[in-house]
Amino acid sequence: MNRNGIFALCFNALFALFMVGPLLIVIGVSFTPTGYLEFPPSAISFRWFKAILDNPDFIDAAWISLELGLASATLSTVLAVPAALAIGRERFRGRDALQGLFLSPLTVPTVVLGVAFLRFLSLFDINGTFFGLVLCHAVIVTPFVLRLVLASVTGVDRSIEMAATSLGASHWTVFRRVTLPLILPGVVGGWVLAFITSFDELTVTVFIVNPSTTTLPVRLFSHITQTTDPLIASISTMVILLTVLLMLAVNKLYGLDRLLIGGEAR
Amino acid sequence: MKTTGTSTPWLLSAPALALFAALLLTPLAMTFLLSFNSFSFYGGIENTFGFQNYAEVLSDVYFYEIFGRTFLIAFITTAICALLGLPEAYILFRMKPAWRSFMLLIVLGPLLISVVVRTLGWAILLGNKGVINEFLRDIGLISSPIRMMYTSTGIVIALVHVMIPFMILAVWAALQRQDPATERAAESLGAGPLTIFMRIVLPQAMPGVLSGSLIVFSLSASAFATPAVLGGRRIKMVSTTVYDEFLNTLNWPLGAAIAILLLVSVLTIMLAWNKLVERRYSGVFE
Repeated sequence: MNRNGIFALCFNALFALFMVGPLLIVIGVSFTPTGYLEFPPSAISFRWFKAILDNPDFIDAAWISLELGLASATLSTVLAVPAALAIGRERFRGRDALQGLFLSPLTVPTVVLGVAFLRFLSLFDINGTFFGLVLCHAVIVTPFVLRLVLASVTGVDRSIEMAATSLGASHWTVFRRVTLPLILPGVVGGWVLAFITSFDELTVTVFIVNPSTTTLPVRLFSHITQTTDPLIASISTMVILLTVLLMLAVNKLYGLDRLLIGGEAR
Repeated sequence: MKTTGTSTPWLLSAPALALFAALLLTPLAMTFLLSFNSFSFYGGIENTFGFQNYAEVLSDVYFYEIFGRTFLIAFITTAICALLGLPEAYILFRMKPAWRSFMLLIVLGPLLISVVVRTLGWAILLGNKGVINEFLRDIGLISSPIRMMYTSTGIVIALVHVMIPFMILAVWAALQRQDPATERAAESLGAGPLTIFMRIVLPQAMPGVLSGSLIVFSLSASAFATPAVLGGRRIKMVSTTVYDEFLNTLNWPLGAAIAILLLVSVLTIMLAWNKLVERRYSGVFE
């Protein structure tokens, strides 16, 4: 039912250009053979993609970001799933407050979270450690997991669980064999969103890394504030490529709009 | 949903609650206390209690300028996001499903791509020797470059790009809740497209615009990467000022006071906005 007029379609085309333009520019300049940024590139060259391999700083940072994303997304999922089961299906005093607390990292300005974590971690002398980063990132990404798991928990038909219980299954078996498979799309969607959020996080992380735990966004950021060169563009192109692949995968699995709204639409 | 008197829900939430108590509530409380401490260039942070940091911020025109600029940029960004995001969400809503899922990827996808990378794109576009200026010079429209890097305009343009997916998501969610029959009813009764948009679609999309505005405003007011890269040292916003106090000047107590003031002002604006919206649309959010 495409009922958009010609004016609407032009607006849509311009809007799409506005959204992807800056990303296409980054990809475009990364193929330059020259030592400076030029667009369009005078020739196609992979010089700056090869140059990534000569910069172990960035490769190390990418590994740290990857490990941090995996660890914090997993930790927050392990914590958020039982919390979502409690909030989503029980009525108890303090339920709203608990939900508000778990969603609050979305409301507190990230820069405030950053300085708060810095203050806390440095008093315990664990600032800049990977362990500290994982804990802080777990806090930041928990709201995303919680929202998606909550949305799938409220859709679960409890009579299936009761049937399993009446047939003699233990609590743990019911969870593992009945509940978890039913809420799995929400859990997986939440985990992926948490991973991407952690992998991209800058504002909080910039306060709590040290030179040996610098993540990829922080490394890119400190490089860009000094200079913009084709190397930074080729690394960014790799980041775009990886994100798009992951995005296409979750889009198939869950629907991008549903993932981002928090599971309510469609 | 059943009512339980048992402690089961608390047991289930206990691990997450422990993490949030230790790593969210405690750090925030400590930052609040830190903002009352004093700082000397040689002695570092001194464990005293006083309002001198708040007094310093509130008595200095320099900080008023930074807060004023931050909220002005956030406000303009929000307004532009609403003006562009509402029609775009409506256009998406009216598309054929196949096209729509493709366009949703293009419009919402950038949300998942690192803000640093998106800001880099704008830095390449907006520079004095950037893509836009070179293009305008090549076609003979300008002789000297238009300054866009290190200006508030540049920050707003890039912030709109970063924030508008949130607006579209919110409007999109509101449009999905509406009953398509109302539009058809209006059409069959002879209403033109403009009338349908103004009288049927707009009122139903408005809760989405308002909740989207709330998200965009609070995220823009505390944005860091975009103003840090595109504003540099010349156009400072609150979050970049906090960053400088903590990591360059090392005056943590003053930085903490600025951060607390940002938190309080953002929360106040959000609460006031929510109150306003709830009063206006009390029936719509049911």
